[in-house]
Amino acid sequence: MVSDIKVSIKNLYKIFGPNPESVLGEAKAGMSKADLLEQHGHVLGLKDVNIDIQARGIQVIMGLSGSGKSTLIRHINRLIEPTAGEIIIDGQDVLAMSDEELLNFRRFKASMVFQKFGLLPHRTVQDNAAYGLTIQGMDKDEAIEKSSYWVKRVGLAGFENHYPAQLSGGMQQRVGLARALATDAEILLMDEAFSALDPLIRTDMQDVLLDLQEELHKTIIFITHDLDEALRIGDDIAILRDGAVIQQGSPQEIVLNPADDYVRDFIKDINRARVLEVSSVMDSKKPRSGVKVDKEMVIEEALQIATANDYKPLIVTEEGKAVGSVQFDAMISAIARPEKDAERNPEYR
Amino acid sequence: MDFFDEFPSLGRGPLRDIKKAIDASFKGFSREYGEALEAFFYPLLKFMVWFEKLLIATPWPIILLIIGALAWVGSRNIKLVVGSVLAFGVIGFFGMWEDTMATMAIISVATIVCIGVGIPFGILMARSDRIQSIITPVLDVMQTIPSFVYLIPVVMLLGIGKVPGLLAVCIYAIPPIVRLTNLGIRLVDADVMEAATAFGANYKQRLWGVQVPLALPNIFAGVNQTIMMALAMVVIASMIGVKGLGVPVLRAISNQYLALGLMNGLAIVALAIIFDRVSQQYGKRLQKHREGGHGV
Repeated sequence: MVSDIKVSIKNLYKIFGPNPESVLGEAKAGMSKADLLEQHGHVLGLKDVNIDIQARGIQVIMGLSGSGKSTLIRHINRLIEPTAGEIIIDGQDVLAMSDEELLNFRRFKASMVFQKFGLLPHRTVQDNAAYGLTIQGMDKDEAIEKSSYWVKRVGLAGFENHYPAQLSGGMQQRVGLARALATDAEILLMDEAFSALDPLIRTDMQDVLLDLQEELHKTIIFITHDLDEALRIGDDIAILRDGAVIQQGSPQEIVLNPADDYVRDFIKDINRARVLEVSSVMDSKKPRSGVKVDKEMVIEEALQIATANDYKPLIVTEEGKAVGSVQFDAMISAIARPEKDAERNPEYR
Repeated sequence: MDFFDEFPSLGRGPLRDIKKAIDASFKGFSREYGEALEAFFYPLLKFMVWFEKLLIATPWPIILLIIGALAWVGSRNIKLVVGSVLAFGVIGFFGMWEDTMATMAIISVATIVCIGVGIPFGILMARSDRIQSIITPVLDVMQTIPSFVYLIPVVMLLGIGKVPGLLAVCIYAIPPIVRLTNLGIRLVDADVMEAATAFGANYKQRLWGVQVPLALPNIFAGVNQTIMMALAMVVIASMIGVKGLGVPVLRAISNQYLALGLMNGLAIVALAIIFDRVSQQYGKRLQKHREGGHGV
C-alpha cells in the first residue's frame, strides 16, 4: 500500500485527576500507571501514544477494558481533551483547533459510531440518519432525501418511520452506521461499534462494513476488544495496554511475532489458519509442477487446495510469477497453537 | 452560672434596633421603588383583568365546550372529557361559576408566568453545577418559607390586589418547574449527548434538538406540579385581594359556614383533579416513542 498518512497521533498523553499537568513530568519519565495512582492520585489514561494511520484503510485499535482505547478514539475528535501531544489530520493539529474549526471538523470530516448507538430516541430512523446533515445546516427535506440512500444501503428500507426503541440492537446500529455515513466524512470513528451485538449479528455487521469499505475507501478507526474481529477487518492493528501502544502491525505480523506475553495471550485462541498467509511458511524451492497459489492467500484456503491435490507442495506466486513453494506439513505446523515459548520452532516464524 | 441557665441572646434594645433598621430600610425601598414596580407590573395587571373578564363574560356553554375540547386535545380520553364537563356543570349549578372563572384566570396566568420564567432558569441550572448550587437553596427557601412571611413584603411593596396575589402564587408554585426542568435535562442519556457532540452540534443544537425534547416528560411533570401548587395557594391569595374560590372559603372560615367552605373547597379539588389528569395524560403521550420491546 502506498504510504499515505491520514491521521498521525504523536506523543499523546492523557492523565485523569485534579491537576494532570503537575504529574505530566513523572508520566513522561516513565512512571507506571499503578505508581502514578498510588503516589499522586492521578490515573494515567494514555501514555506516549504514537500511531500513524493510513488513509483509506481500517486501523484497528484493540485492548482489554481499561486499556485506554475508548479514551484514545475520543481524542481524535476531541470529545476528550488531551494532557499533552498532537493529533495531525491532513496537516492540521486537531488539538490546536478553535471551537469553530472543531465544530466544522466534527460536522464534515469525522463521524462516529458508538457502542451504545447514541440514537435520538424521540426521532425516527429517517430523522436519526439525517441528524448529522441537519447539524451541518442542511435543509431538512434535502437531508432526509440524501440520508434515505444510506438507510437503504444499510438494509433498513421500510423501517424509516420506526423509532429506535422499536428496533433490535443490530438494526439500531445500522441506523448509527447510516447516520455516520450520511455526512460524507472521510474519517469514520467506530467505538466498539459491534461489541454490544450478539455474535451472529456482529459478523453480519462486519460484512456490511467491509462491503461498504470496498466501495467507499474511508479512513476507518475501529476500536474493539475482540481479536477475531480485529483480525477479520483490520488492515493494521495497534494493541494498547495500560494506555500505551505495545505493538502495531498487520494482523499477520501480530500473529507471527507477538511483542510480549500480553499479546501472546491475546492471540492464543484465534484461528491462525484464517490469518496467516502462505508467504509466512513458504520455502524458496521452485518445483516444476504443482497448483499455483498467490502468496497472500490464507493458509485455510491453501490447505483446501493442497488437500484436493494429494497433499503435494503448492507453487507460491507473486503477481503471477512463481517465487517459492509451500509444503503441506509446514502449513499444518504453522496453524498449530504455539507453545508458550514461541522460539521453539523458529523455522515456522 | 447565669451563663448556662439562659441562652446568651442579644439584648432587647439592640434587637429592636436591628428590626427597626430592616423595617425602615425596606419601607424606604418600597417608597422609592413601589410606584416603579407597580408601573412595571401594570401590563400584567391589565392582562389579568382582561382575561378574568373574558372568562366571566363568555357564555357558559362556550366555556364548557372549550374545556371539553382542551381535555380532549390533552388526553384523547373521552371519559376525562365527560368528567371535566360534568364537574364544571355541577360547579356552575351550585352557583360557583364566577368564582371558578376568576380562579381559572389567575391559575392560568400564574402557570404561564411560571413556565416562562421557570424553564429558562431550569435550563440555566442544568448548564453548570455552580449555578445549580446557587439556585437550589433559593428554591428551598421559596418552597418552605411560610407563605404569610413573604406576603408581608409583597403587600408592603405592591399593596393589595391581583398582582401581589399573582406574585405570591408564583413564588410558591415556580420551584417544581425549575427543579424538574433541571433534572430532566441532567437525566438525558450521556451517550446520546456525546453522539450529538461528536456530530458537531453546538450548545443551541444540543439544547433544543436533544436535551429539551428528551427532558419534556420531566418538564411536563413540573408544569403539572406547578398547576397543583398554584391551586393550593388560591385561599391564601384571596387574603390579599385575589378574587375566586378562595374568597368564599375565607368567609366560611371566619363565620363557620361549613357548607360554603366545603362546596368551594371541593370545587378547588375538582379543578385540581381535572388539570392533573389532563396534563398527566398529555405528558404520557409525549413519551410515545419510548414504547417498543427494546430499551432505549
